[in-house]
Amino acid sequence: MTGGPTTVPPVLQARNLVKRYGHVTALDGADLDLLPGEILAVIGDNGAGKSTLVKALSGALVPDEGEIRLDGAPVKFHGPRDARRHGIETVYQDLAVAPAMTVAENLFLGRERRRPGVLGSVFRLLDKPRMMAEAASHLESLQIGIRSMKQPVESLSGGQRQGVAVARSAAFARHVVIMDEPTAALGVKESGMVLDLIRRVRDKGLPVLLVSHNMPHVFDVADRIHIARLGKRVAVVKPGEISMADAVAIMTGAVRVEKDS
Amino acid sequence: MRAGAGSLARRSAVGEARDHAAILAASGPFLALLLASAFFASQSDRFLSGPNLSLILQQVVVVGVIAIGQTLVVLTAGIDLSCGMVMALGSIVMSKAAVDHGLDASSAIACGILVTIAFGFLNGALITFVRLPPFIVTLGTLNIAFAITQIYSRSQTVSGLPDGMVVLGDTFTVGGTAVTYGTVLMLMLYGVVWVALRETATGRHLYALGNNAEATRLMGISTVRLILAVYTLAGLTYGIAALLAVARTGVGDPQAGQTDNLDSITAVVLGGTSLFGGRGVILGSLVGALIVGVFRNGLTLMGVASVYQILITGILVILAVATDQLSRRKALRS
Repeated sequence: MTGGPTTVPPVLQARNLVKRYGHVTALDGADLDLLPGEILAVIGDNGAGKSTLVKALSGALVPDEGEIRLDGAPVKFHGPRDARRHGIETVYQDLAVAPAMTVAENLFLGRERRRPGVLGSVFRLLDKPRMMAEAASHLESLQIGIRSMKQPVESLSGGQRQGVAVARSAAFARHVVIMDEPTAALGVKESGMVLDLIRRVRDKGLPVLLVSHNMPHVFDVADRIHIARLGKRVAVVKPGEISMADAVAIMTGAVRVEKDS
Repeated sequence: MRAGAGSLARRSAVGEARDHAAILAASGPFLALLLASAFFASQSDRFLSGPNLSLILQQVVVVGVIAIGQTLVVLTAGIDLSCGMVMALGSIVMSKAAVDHGLDASSAIACGILVTIAFGFLNGALITFVRLPPFIVTLGTLNIAFAITQIYSRSQTVSGLPDGMVVLGDTFTVGGTAVTYGTVLMLMLYGVVWVALRETATGRHLYALGNNAEATRLMGISTVRLILAVYTLAGLTYGIAALLAVARTGVGDPQAGQTDNLDSITAVVLGGTSLFGGRGVILGSLVGALIVGVFRNGLTLMGVASVYQILITGILVILAVATDQLSRRKALRS
């Protein structure tokens, strides 16, 4: 199996993360390494702890034990805002957008640009033309086909809405983009559009951590696949070097993998 | 993917068409106001006279200002039933502070407004920290504010107010028509809140909160602080409304405001703001308040008994909510 000691230092690293909920151990010493410029998919059966792992990395929960390192330096996240401050952006499964608000407003939600001078600093007025222009250029750089930044998000298709969410993350992330089941709510064509988009985000230089239960999507887009089982990392594989059936076998515990260390 | 691009472009065009439909829907209340005015003008020569229009504005001022606070609350998908009673308490506190305790006008006004702000804060705190539903919280504070008002005033009207407290009821003339300063204050408040909601980050966050509270929280916006601020600010508008009520009637009236909660909700809904939160324009609430005012005034001029006015207001509200619901359902289907 690949994924042993690597020469490139990881951008985001987790070591021995533990999270317990009462008697249930969701994370049982989980590790993770996200390398620069890659799409790392995290797969696992229900209860493998993949969503807990991702929540720990995006700041949505605080692990009981273990360490998270960003560019080699230990970090602690006490909330999503903390993780975001460190340059980690997350795209959530359930399309975290405000439907009645425009594309530009959603893109800049919580990070609005204010007008220069007194109008911005004292009267706190928004620089709408600037946000509109920046939103248009972000969406264009990711080739998301939305014409008007003034459109309410609810008038977009599911894929376009997810496109807005991805563009928001890619626009503000400095280190990592985490995507939690970004295609789960989408149809075939729309999923394909979002997968293309994930590649473009990576090609812009941002490593992507992708959580998905959809094997064809994972094998289509991932550079490496992290397989989680029972709260641990059991293997890291490359899509070209393993069959989908074998990956599922490891995931479900039908095949055991020797720990290579 | 190339095949997908064409359908995406087509969808955008549909989106833009729906944008125009939204603008049309937003101007609906204004159209209704114009139609109603045209109808009453055709029924009564006096309707469009300067003094009558000024009278409508004066009658609308208290509910109009309360509706500002109510709109902010409704935009967060909340509701405030306590507004009218809190306003009445504020007007009693400021009247008694001046008359019984001999405070000068501005200190007395400050006392009254502080009380209404405190009630707003209490509503917000119970909703955010204790996580009670707004309907229940404000139903409780409605009764509390009403009881305190009656106990404190012994259900007696407070008269003999200092001139400084009723100055907003004074008038100046524009083209031969007397307009109260209170009317001007109301219009200014609407203007300020309109700009704040449209052009500031906090204003947009308020819409986002009403749209998708979870997404707003995930984007690092403190929804607790926002909700607390909204109810507190609503309390401030009820305090200003209290001052306007005192200035209009010249007394502190413990029986005031008893229908103002439903009247303000009526104004908000008629103005096109969705009770589900996140959608609406503050100026719509002014138009909504004016629609109710125009109907009451016009029907009175036509000699229609006041019971029928209430009947018609009820029908208007149901029509407004039905329109909102149907257009929403239609938008979701396409």
